[in-house]
Amino acid sequence: MNWQFFGDLLSGTIMYGVPLLYMTLGAVIEQRAGMVNLGLEGIMLAGASTGFAMSVAAGNPWIGIGMAALAGALLNLIYAYLVVNRKASQLASGMTLMFLGSGISAVIGRPYVGAGIAGLARYQLPGLALVPWVTRTMFSYDLLVYLAVPSALFVWWLLFRTRYGLSLRAVGENPSAAFAAGRRIDLLKYSASIMCGLLGGIAGAHLSIALARTWTEGMTGGRGYIALALVIFSKWHPLKSIFGALLFGGAVTLQLQLQAKGAGISPFLLNMIPYVLTLAVLLIWSGARKYAAPGALGRIYSGED
Amino acid sequence: MKHRELKNTLLRHGIVLMIALTAYAAGLLLAGKNPVAAFVDTVSFTFGTWYGFSEVCMRMIPLLLTALAVALPSTVGLINVGGEGQLYMGAWLATWGVITFPNLPAGVFIPFLILLGFVGGGAWAALAGFFRARGWINETITTLLMNYIAPLIIGFFVYGSWRSREPGASAFPQSIAFPPAARLPRFFNSRIHLGMVIALILLAVFWFIMEKTKWGLKMKAIGGNPEAARRLGFEIGPYIVGVMFIAGGIAGLAGMAEVSALYGRLRAGFSPGYGFMGFLISWMAGGKPATIVSMSFILAFIFSAGSLLQITQGVPFAAINILMAMMLFVVLAKPRLPGVKR
Repeated sequence: MNWQFFGDLLSGTIMYGVPLLYMTLGAVIEQRAGMVNLGLEGIMLAGASTGFAMSVAAGNPWIGIGMAALAGALLNLIYAYLVVNRKASQLASGMTLMFLGSGISAVIGRPYVGAGIAGLARYQLPGLALVPWVTRTMFSYDLLVYLAVPSALFVWWLLFRTRYGLSLRAVGENPSAAFAAGRRIDLLKYSASIMCGLLGGIAGAHLSIALARTWTEGMTGGRGYIALALVIFSKWHPLKSIFGALLFGGAVTLQLQLQAKGAGISPFLLNMIPYVLTLAVLLIWSGARKYAAPGALGRIYSGED
Repeated sequence: MKHRELKNTLLRHGIVLMIALTAYAAGLLLAGKNPVAAFVDTVSFTFGTWYGFSEVCMRMIPLLLTALAVALPSTVGLINVGGEGQLYMGAWLATWGVITFPNLPAGVFIPFLILLGFVGGGAWAALAGFFRARGWINETITTLLMNYIAPLIIGFFVYGSWRSREPGASAFPQSIAFPPAARLPRFFNSRIHLGMVIALILLAVFWFIMEKTKWGLKMKAIGGNPEAARRLGFEIGPYIVGVMFIAGGIAGLAGMAEVSALYGRLRAGFSPGYGFMGFLISWMAGGKPATIVSMSFILAFIFSAGSLLQITQGVPFAAINILMAMMLFVVLAKPRLPGVKR
């Protein structure tokens, strides 16, 4: 145990927490508008493979990230169409989206299995290099990492400090009242889904482009579902989801560090840590949690007759 | 009323099949193959030969069971998205039984395995039911996350202490071979196994309980309005745990049957997502047993056709996921056809 170990742990926590934060923020927006989406896993996968493939093809990771965001938004438009226009079941629509996303990502990514990329450029925070025990890797991150907390702040501002956010939350809380107050429910729900898709695509792309720097089928490993758990953990609040994402990032990093150190524990047991921890955290912090959920979460709004 | 219902059901199946066939043809065209010839090949293989047809039926078995594992809890308003994990845990406990008691006689072994498969999947699901019954965590998120833990448990054992040391078999991470007495019987000179009988009996029992008994009525009442049911004095907690246990047990049977009847060994990652498909089948069938059977058949057919395509035409297996998703989207979007009243 030395500074290097803690330094790696901290930087890993941040790096692995960031994609999850983007996904969780997207899910918070969508659920605030009353929609539970089990397809986040598919969105992330599609973002990861599209992002990686486009980075290789275009030679520029930012084009990859842009295309991934677009792919995520397009995919989530299908979900929005089904649950908003066709009044379809949210659970079944989400699950189907998961199937589509995983299928599409496998087909898109197949020619790129084994390809390597340079990843995103990392920038060191100025000044910190002067602190003696700070290692080089510790405070050197890509732009998406630096933008993660500002994004959470932006989502908070959007949801709680703008008229748009108020309308969005009203739709998720009580769609009939929102409708009576003259809000366009369908447009609001669509906009929330598009934002969720954009963020989910970015989350997936950050995973494949900046973290893994490779594409493997099913590489998100349930992060889309973990994001759903973190939404509950953070009580549908964008700023609290930062802590949830860091917690998960810490669990993943700890597991990887233990594996790298050859701690003699089976990698299968170590791989369980993030999932078990997520469940444990939900158990411990349960209680009055359900009252924090948007009132009309998961319900189908069938319009006013 | 009945007539119209039948017409609707037929229409639903027809649409789903049509979409599947169109997508199938499109995929082949993209791959540069003649879709008509491939279509004729597939159909003559699946419906023209006993082997082909029996393979489709064999693929139905885990789908029937995992779909029932979703349909049952949905009657009381529970959402079980954990069929995949429950399937693995059923296979896990059954394999434990084989490794611990390898010399049981055949007459005892099969019932023992059925029991273990049921308990393995059931206990896994009951945990989620317990959390839900205490009001701690919603069963949807628990069962979803537990899907990712169960295969890791299997991996821990088949890469670790359960790994076969037999020459030839030890190259793959898998358990020892099940003794012949621990293999579920197969019928009709095919790979259709006892799991089919179990699945059909369970579906019939489910239908009977829901339609003909007081229990079914009670469950529907709880599902329809849990608050009212609680006020009327129904103890909901035990119902939730019990229903989840039975549902998980049914999914566990699917895993046990796959391992015992088909592979004869426990292997890591042996399920290509049966649990998730079961969820969608149950949803498409509206939880109705007869429709679960027909929808399972359609999906099993697509599955077999997809495997055939993968082998003969080099289409990636994941393309089947896209195909299934497209079908489901059509069902979800409830298209209005000219001249048909809903």
